[in-house]
Amino acid sequence: MVKLKIDDINIEVKEGTTILEAARGAGIGIPSLCYLKDINEIGACRVCIVEIDGIDNLVPSCNTVAENGMVIHTNSPRVREARKINVELILSQHDARCATCVRSGNCTLQTIANDLGIIDVPYYYKAAKTKWDTSFYLQRKASKCIKCMRCIQVCEKIQNVHIWDLEGTGSRTNIDVSHNRKIAESDCSLCGQCIVNCPVGALSERDDTQIVFDALANPDIITVVQVAPAVRTAWGESLALKPEDSTVGKMVAALKRIGFDYVFDTNFAADLTIMEEGSELLAKLNNPNNDNKPMFTSCCPAWVRFAKTKYPEIVDQISSAKSPQQMFGAVAKTYFAEKIGVDPHKLFCISIMPCLAKKAECDIPTINSSESIKDVDASLTTREFVRIIRAEHIVPEYLEEAEFDNPLGIATGAGAIFGTTGGVMEAALRSAYYLATGENPNPDTFSQVRGMDGWKEAKFDLAGRTLNIAVVHGLNNTSRLLDALNRGEVNYDFVEVMSCPGGCAGGGGQPIHDGCNFTEERGQMLYDIDHMSSLRFSHENPEVLKLYEDYLEKPLSEKAHHILHTDHNSWQVENMVK
Amino acid sequence: MSRLKIKTPNKAQTVVEELYKDLERRIVASPPGLCPIDMSQAFLRLAHAQTCGKCVPCRIGLSQLTNLITSVLDGEATMETIDLIEKTARVIKNSADCAIGREAAKMVLRGIIGFRDDYIEHIKHNRCLCSLNQPVPCVSQCPAGVDIPGYIALIAEERYADCVKLIRKDNPFVTSCAMVCEHPCEARCRRSMIDSPINIRSLKRYAVEHSGIVPAPKCAEKTGKKVAVIGGGPGGLSAAYYLSLMGHDVEVFEKRKYLGGMLRYGIPSYRLPRERLQEDIDAILSTGVKISTDVNIGKDITLKELREKFDSIYIAIGAQLDKNVGIDGEDSRGVISAVELLRGIGDGNLPDFTGKKIIVIGGGNVAMDCARSSVRLGAEKINIVYRRRREDMTALPEEIDGAIEEGCELIELQAPSKIEYDSEGNAVALWTKPQIIGSIDSSGRPKPRDADLPEMRIEADIIIKAIGQGIETKHFEENGVPIKRGVIDAMSSSDIGTITGVFAGGDCVTGPASAIKAIAAGKVAAANIDEFLGYNHEITVDVEIPEPKLHDRMPCGRITSSERTISERVKDMNLIEYAMTKEEAMQESSRCLRCDKFGHGSFKGGREHKW
Repeated sequence: MVKLKIDDINIEVKEGTTILEAARGAGIGIPSLCYLKDINEIGACRVCIVEIDGIDNLVPSCNTVAENGMVIHTNSPRVREARKINVELILSQHDARCATCVRSGNCTLQTIANDLGIIDVPYYYKAAKTKWDTSFYLQRKASKCIKCMRCIQVCEKIQNVHIWDLEGTGSRTNIDVSHNRKIAESDCSLCGQCIVNCPVGALSERDDTQIVFDALANPDIITVVQVAPAVRTAWGESLALKPEDSTVGKMVAALKRIGFDYVFDTNFAADLTIMEEGSELLAKLNNPNNDNKPMFTSCCPAWVRFAKTKYPEIVDQISSAKSPQQMFGAVAKTYFAEKIGVDPHKLFCISIMPCLAKKAECDIPTINSSESIKDVDASLTTREFVRIIRAEHIVPEYLEEAEFDNPLGIATGAGAIFGTTGGVMEAALRSAYYLATGENPNPDTFSQVRGMDGWKEAKFDLAGRTLNIAVVHGLNNTSRLLDALNRGEVNYDFVEVMSCPGGCAGGGGQPIHDGCNFTEERGQMLYDIDHMSSLRFSHENPEVLKLYEDYLEKPLSEKAHHILHTDHNSWQVENMVK
Repeated sequence: MSRLKIKTPNKAQTVVEELYKDLERRIVASPPGLCPIDMSQAFLRLAHAQTCGKCVPCRIGLSQLTNLITSVLDGEATMETIDLIEKTARVIKNSADCAIGREAAKMVLRGIIGFRDDYIEHIKHNRCLCSLNQPVPCVSQCPAGVDIPGYIALIAEERYADCVKLIRKDNPFVTSCAMVCEHPCEARCRRSMIDSPINIRSLKRYAVEHSGIVPAPKCAEKTGKKVAVIGGGPGGLSAAYYLSLMGHDVEVFEKRKYLGGMLRYGIPSYRLPRERLQEDIDAILSTGVKISTDVNIGKDITLKELREKFDSIYIAIGAQLDKNVGIDGEDSRGVISAVELLRGIGDGNLPDFTGKKIIVIGGGNVAMDCARSSVRLGAEKINIVYRRRREDMTALPEEIDGAIEEGCELIELQAPSKIEYDSEGNAVALWTKPQIIGSIDSSGRPKPRDADLPEMRIEADIIIKAIGQGIETKHFEENGVPIKRGVIDAMSSSDIGTITGVFAGGDCVTGPASAIKAIAAGKVAAANIDEFLGYNHEITVDVEIPEPKLHDRMPCGRITSSERTISERVKDMNLIEYAMTKEEAMQESSRCLRCDKFGHGSFKGGREHKW
């Protein structure tokens, strides 16, 4: 243990603890800006600087390890002066027109500048200029970037994608796409983790809310909205709703208030996905000639992009089943349109997703059920959804709980857990067990695959045969698993991959809370939904069964193949922009 | 009123003079990888501040050049801007009144040619082609990429064995380099911005003096692959060491009696004692490397036979061939080559120069080694004859100083013209043609030319030619190894391209260079041979590097290495340099700025943990 004194308080911490963590652990607040624990401890912004007795230079507390006997002042006159001027310097190169910023009210720089009482900046203002393809799904505003380097580090260390890098040197150091590429030509997976870790408004999703407003305003269009499982766990966060006001029922009520004609549930499509993907898995397991193991899940489009660019050799092993978003769109524009007797061209299908890659997924030219139609017309992130709620001045506290519409609003608990790491696997195993044995397992039989470990493994008995499975989340973990597979060190039958740490609950389109991570709590909410559901097996979803009965015949039928499956090799990641 | 006044600088001027010194040191410490256009703009601003303001091209032209370059950096320029920059700079060069304007414009013109691609990238894409790939200056300058801040930090904690382990990850010749490395690592040391570079080599010496014997790491599981290394010098043995650690069976073929190459046969023992060299070789051999000495490739065994017996071959034969001066009388008795002299000494055959007059022709480190060895072999008089000036010599300044201190005389600006010999064919004198230093060639060195002075006669019993070495390429060329301009034409991966599985590196590819460059080439070859053999073994080290100390880095002098007194050291071939004392090593190591953490280090990762 190390004993030190911070602001006259005696503190004891474990060896190797940084001064910042030591202080925060003792309730002493030190502001920080570039710091991201374990990922970006580089002392770049000099906001977390402190004064140590006996040392002339002020040191950054984020990457200075506490030592025995240190006497530290977190807010001495020298610190106060340096911290304030450093923030003013950052502001001199930051487009601080906060009123028009997507992160206004949720910006670490804004908070720090306000806290420090900065009401004027004495320096000449000049921000970097933006040259960015504004049609791309991921948007970057150079004038807002404070060069904290978090995006570079997150993309490299958590995702192993290396999209961002420094560009230029000296005073002209900037952040841009690595290797002098343009973003649309790069292998960006669109996971959005750089966005949720950006402390300011430099990174964001392309804002598609106006497209949705336009559709809502068009009297000739019928709007159909689907909501992904993870959205319901987080939509209330940035509206600061109490748990009793951020329910699924109030979310549905808000969507109805906005004016969507049909409010459906992506969880329905998740159940449908399990029917197709589970059947595909069983078919592969039962095929003695199949040495193309393991099969990978296909529901995460960032993962599909990652696989296509970094590990093209395994793309054929990804399930051909479309993701729930696309299955939903396909069913909406075929079965549902037929059912309500509307020309599918008049349906406008919107998805609300915790994700950026979903925006790109619905643009894949070969993903639709027919050539003349786009199955999902627009995909919004959870954050855009919240922006619409705000724009519509909806106060969820005053909303009455409402129900999803029928028939595409009925879902099981198995569909709900799609939104967290291990959920797809667990849902698939529940139904695969049934399909293989003819009877339901205890729904919690496969709970081993839950939890936040980056790379989980398990073995299950499936009608007398051992099923080797793995679950990974985060693309760096995914790389590790794929490399181990390639080296022959591991061997699986089925692997679930989600690009974002924690799965969709931690998705790149979710509300942002700098310095806090609610991924695990959001995931737990999905397990709670599952637990309280009367139906916990996808194969028991009555509307899914009816869909097969009325329209698709059976899983993997020719029609199901046509509508619900896709060819991952039929398109290119690069230049996928509209 | 007084007619004349003594010039005394005012306070402001005194401070500016000090700032110039600071700036000089700062420029020295520039990290590699900076945007050349951004630097050009900065240089131009400095140059412009120096203008007297009289003539138009300099006063206005330089500021317009600055504006144009700024527009390139701001992404506001077009391709025509390059032409305008070029034209404007040309006019300033041609029409400015003095060197202030002319030379500043010439710098811009050189940039337009030298890094035109960067200009174009900035204009077309508003991007830069450069980046600080290795952010730690010393590591970036070390050909082998040794973790210098890491081992200096370990020295400060007195963890000397860990130092050796850490260095061996990238360089198995720890002791030898501690004694004789040219220390390119010190050249851009950021400490220069405060005072002067860290004495890195001497710190390493301190570590190896106190580490005791550190066993080599364990080898990976045997792969069953066989690699032949031709040449037992620093490059060949480095490749052998790493390949052996990777689990391959390695056999080194050495032409001479002993291993070590130029470290034994080129560098005298007063700089690198044989037993200290042997420490490195022993550690390398302890990994299971097989050796065959006294084997001449081409005579005792052919390259073709080696290819049949081994899965891969690394050619690291160095540069062992004497170069002739090409003057009359060169074949007289008493005219010997540097290689011949130092090789004999390396094998333990010390010639007796007692009472002899010696002339060494040349100005490189080898020439200094010959001269200083001659002192120790009893020579009465030693003259070093060089056709350029002392400051043009390629030898390290401390080697030249050492030779002079030990009584060698430097005869500059004399080009050998003939060797006079007696009736029995013994050399008796060297005739030289006096030179005058002249214009500067494209490499930046001034060229000497014949001066209008009579030839000079310098008496000599022994004349040692130390004007460079060539490569014995004949057998290799006959067997399909590509040769270009007298050296083996290998790629930066060490692959020679023409014969599968055959790699080459070190002096035989680059021409005579340094031990650390050969070691680095051996490391590169080992990685690529491993890859060629179908593996991806990683060389790592399990040494945790201490966190930097937080003390303020106040200006402090650099500890220089002390040496035995001149009168003592010239009497024997023993090591002349003393190791640092503990007090010195602790102070010197505490000067390190830990660029592995501070600055770009903690962001881009100050160290490679494996390769």
